Amino acid sequence: MTRATLYGWGRTTPSIAEVLAPASEVEVAAELARSRGVIARGLGRSYGDAAQLSGGVVLSNLDLGGVSAISPQGVVTVGAGISIDELLAFAIPQGWFVPVTPGTRQVTLGGAIAADVHGKNHHLDGSFGNHVLEMRIVTPSGAFTISPQKDAELFWATIGGMGLTGVVTSVTLRMLRIETDQVIVDTERFPDLEGVMSEMSRRDAEYQYSVAWVDCMTRGAHMGRAILTRGRHAAANDVDAPTLKAPAKPRLFVPFDAPSGLLNSLSVKVFNELWFRSAPKHQENEPQSLSSFFHPLDGVRDWNRLYGRRGFVQYQLSVPDSAGETVTSAIHRLSSSGVASFLAVLKRFGPANPGMLSFPMPGWTLALDLPVGPDALPQVLDDLDELVLSAGGRIYFAKDARLSPDKVRAMYPDLDKFLEVKNRVDPEQRLMSDLARRLDLVGRQRR
Amino acid sequence: MENAFGQPQSVVVLGGSSDIARAITKKLAAARAHTVVLAGRNQELLNAAASDAHEYGATKTDTVLFDAEDASNAARTVTEAFEKVGDQVDLVIIAVGLLEDQLSIENDAQATARMAMVNFTWPVAALAEIRRRLVAQGSGRILVISSVASIRIRRSAYIYGGAKAGLDRLCDGLADSLEGTGVTLQLLRPGQVRSRMTEGQHDVPFTTGVNEVAENVMRGLGGRDRVIWSPPILRYVFAILRHLPAPLWRKIMDR
Repeated sequence: MTRATLYGWGRTTPSIAEVLAPASEVEVAAELARSRGVIARGLGRSYGDAAQLSGGVVLSNLDLGGVSAISPQGVVTVGAGISIDELLAFAIPQGWFVPVTPGTRQVTLGGAIAADVHGKNHHLDGSFGNHVLEMRIVTPSGAFTISPQKDAELFWATIGGMGLTGVVTSVTLRMLRIETDQVIVDTERFPDLEGVMSEMSRRDAEYQYSVAWVDCMTRGAHMGRAILTRGRHAAANDVDAPTLKAPAKPRLFVPFDAPSGLLNSLSVKVFNELWFRSAPKHQENEPQSLSSFFHPLDGVRDWNRLYGRRGFVQYQLSVPDSAGETVTSAIHRLSSSGVASFLAVLKRFGPANPGMLSFPMPGWTLALDLPVGPDALPQVLDDLDELVLSAGGRIYFAKDARLSPDKVRAMYPDLDKFLEVKNRVDPEQRLMSDLARRLDLVGRQRR
Repeated sequence: MENAFGQPQSVVVLGGSSDIARAITKKLAAARAHTVVLAGRNQELLNAAASDAHEYGATKTDTVLFDAEDASNAARTVTEAFEKVGDQVDLVIIAVGLLEDQLSIENDAQATARMAMVNFTWPVAALAEIRRRLVAQGSGRILVISSVASIRIRRSAYIYGGAKAGLDRLCDGLADSLEGTGVTLQLLRPGQVRSRMTEGQHDVPFTTGVNEVAENVMRGLGGRDRVIWSPPILRYVFAILRHLPAPLWRKIMDR
C-alpha cells in the first residue's frame, strides 16, 4: 500500500489516497469490506476528480488483466484493467476492432464502463455500454454477474455510474469485424458553424464515423468555422495492400511541464489558424490509419503537460436535437469572452442507452479544452451550464471538475433511480469519489 | 471538495469578522462555498458576517467564539470549527490579526506581547491543529493572511510587522512540509487596505479596498503560487523596497 497524489488528466485537483492494486475478485472484495471509502481507478484519463478519493482508498484496476480468445462471433471477455490499447494490439491482427473507442486508447475497460464512453460512431452505434454483453462486478454486498438481462437495474446503474456501484473486474463485449487497419475518410472545411451543423444533420447517417473540429477563437462571420471528417472502415478491396497491424507506441512525449500560459488566447489562435488552413477544403476517400483517425493525440505521450502546472478543464455538453442553437450560443459566448479553447469537438449523438447516469442524449455534443488561468473562465462556464440546463442538456461527469452540485439533479433526472440501486448494493456508501463528494452524487447527509 | 478553479465548497475562517475575511467569504459563497464556519471574538460581528455569507449563497453557516489573546484555546477552536462543518474542510483562512498604534504601546511589555500573541503565537498554534486535520483528510488548502508589512519592517509598525514576518516565514517552511500531503498553504500579502483595522490611517500608494483583495484571492486560489500579492504589482515594488539602503527606507516610509 502506498500513499500517492492522484490527479485527473486535466491536473487541476490533486488529492492523496492509499493506492492498492488488487489482482483478483477476492482481493477487491476484501478491500471493499475493510475500507470506509473506496473508488476504482484505471489509467487516470478522466479529466477531473472522478477516479480519486482524498483520504480514502483507491483501487487501481491495472492488475485485473486477462483476455479470452475472441469467438467467431466477436465475443471476448477481458479483465477490467486491460486498456483499449492492449485489447486492440491483440484484436486488430485477428481482424477485430472495439465497437466504440473514445479519443484515446489509453483507457481501461473498467473506465470505459464507468464513464460509458462514446466515440465518433455514437450517432449509429451508441456508447460503450450498448456493446457490453455481461460483466462481473464486486460490490460491498457481494460479487455479481450482471447484464441487460440479469439484474438490468444494477447493470444500467453501473454503465456510466462513475464507479460508484462497485468495482468491475471483467467485461464481456462484442467486437467489430474489420478487414484492414485503414479508415476511408472524407474531409470537408466549412467557413461557419451553421454550414457544418446542417451538413452533419443531413448526411451523418451515411457515415459510420463522424466528427467536426470547430474553431472557437474566431469572431464575426467565420465564427465556428469547422473541419468535418467522416469515415468508414476500409474493406480489403478499398486499399492496395491490406494489412492488419496493431497501433504503434507513441514516439513523441512531453518531457516536462510547459510554462503555464504557453497555451494562451494568442497561441491558440495561431494554432487554430494553422490547423484550419492545413485541412483540405474538400477531400474524398483518403485512406488513414486507425490511430491517426481515432487517436491522433495518443501519438504524443503526456500531452496534458503542455497546459503547464495550472492544468486545464474540459467542458463537454450535450443538448437535444431541438436545441442546436445552444451550441451556437455556447461558441458565441466563448469566442466573445476571449477564453482560449483549443480543439473544440462537435458531434451528433444518436439514441441514448438506459444508463442512469450515462451522458449521451440524442442531439449534439460539444467538447472544449480550456486552460485554467483567465479570470473570466469560471463565470463563463457557470453561464454555459445555465444555457445547457435550460435547453434540457447536461454536462459529462468524466470531463467535469467544476460543475455546481445544485444543477446535477436537473441534468440527470434518473439520479434518484441510480441512488436506489446504489443503496441496495452499497448501503453504507463505501464507494465514493472526490467527484461524488463535490457534486453531492451520493448525498452528503447519508454519510 | 475544491473544484478545478480552487473554489472550495466548505470553508472555515478564523478571524471571520474582519473586513478582508468578510469580503473573501462573500466571493467564496457566491462561487461554490455552501458551508461556511466563521470564528472570531465578537458574536454580533460574526452573525453579520454569517448572514453576508448566506445572502451570497452559502446554505449552511455557523460561528465559533474565541479569544486570540490566549493560545491555549487555539486547538479547541479549530476542532470546534471543523466539527461544525461536519464534513471535509476544503479551505481554512487565518485572518486573525491585531493592529494597535505602535507609538503608544512600544514601551509596554504587556501590550507588545499581546500583539505578538494575536498576530503570531495564536495563528501558529491553530496551524498545528489545522495541519494535522487536513493532512489526515488528504486534501485541503490553507490561506494565511500575512502583510507586505512583513517583507520590510517599518519603524512605525515593527511590532505588527515583526509578528507578521514571523508568521510569514514560518508558513513558508510549513508549506514546504506539506509537499506530497495533498494539502497546500498560500500566503496572502496585501498592501495597505482600507478597513476597520486601518481606520484613520491615510492612504499610501497602492492602497486598495477589501473587494480588490478578495478578487486577488479568488484568482490566487485558482493558481498554485505560494504567495498572493494584492495588488499584484506589490511583488515587484517590494522586490525593490526590500533592498533599499536603510536611511533611504526610513526616509520614504516614516516621513
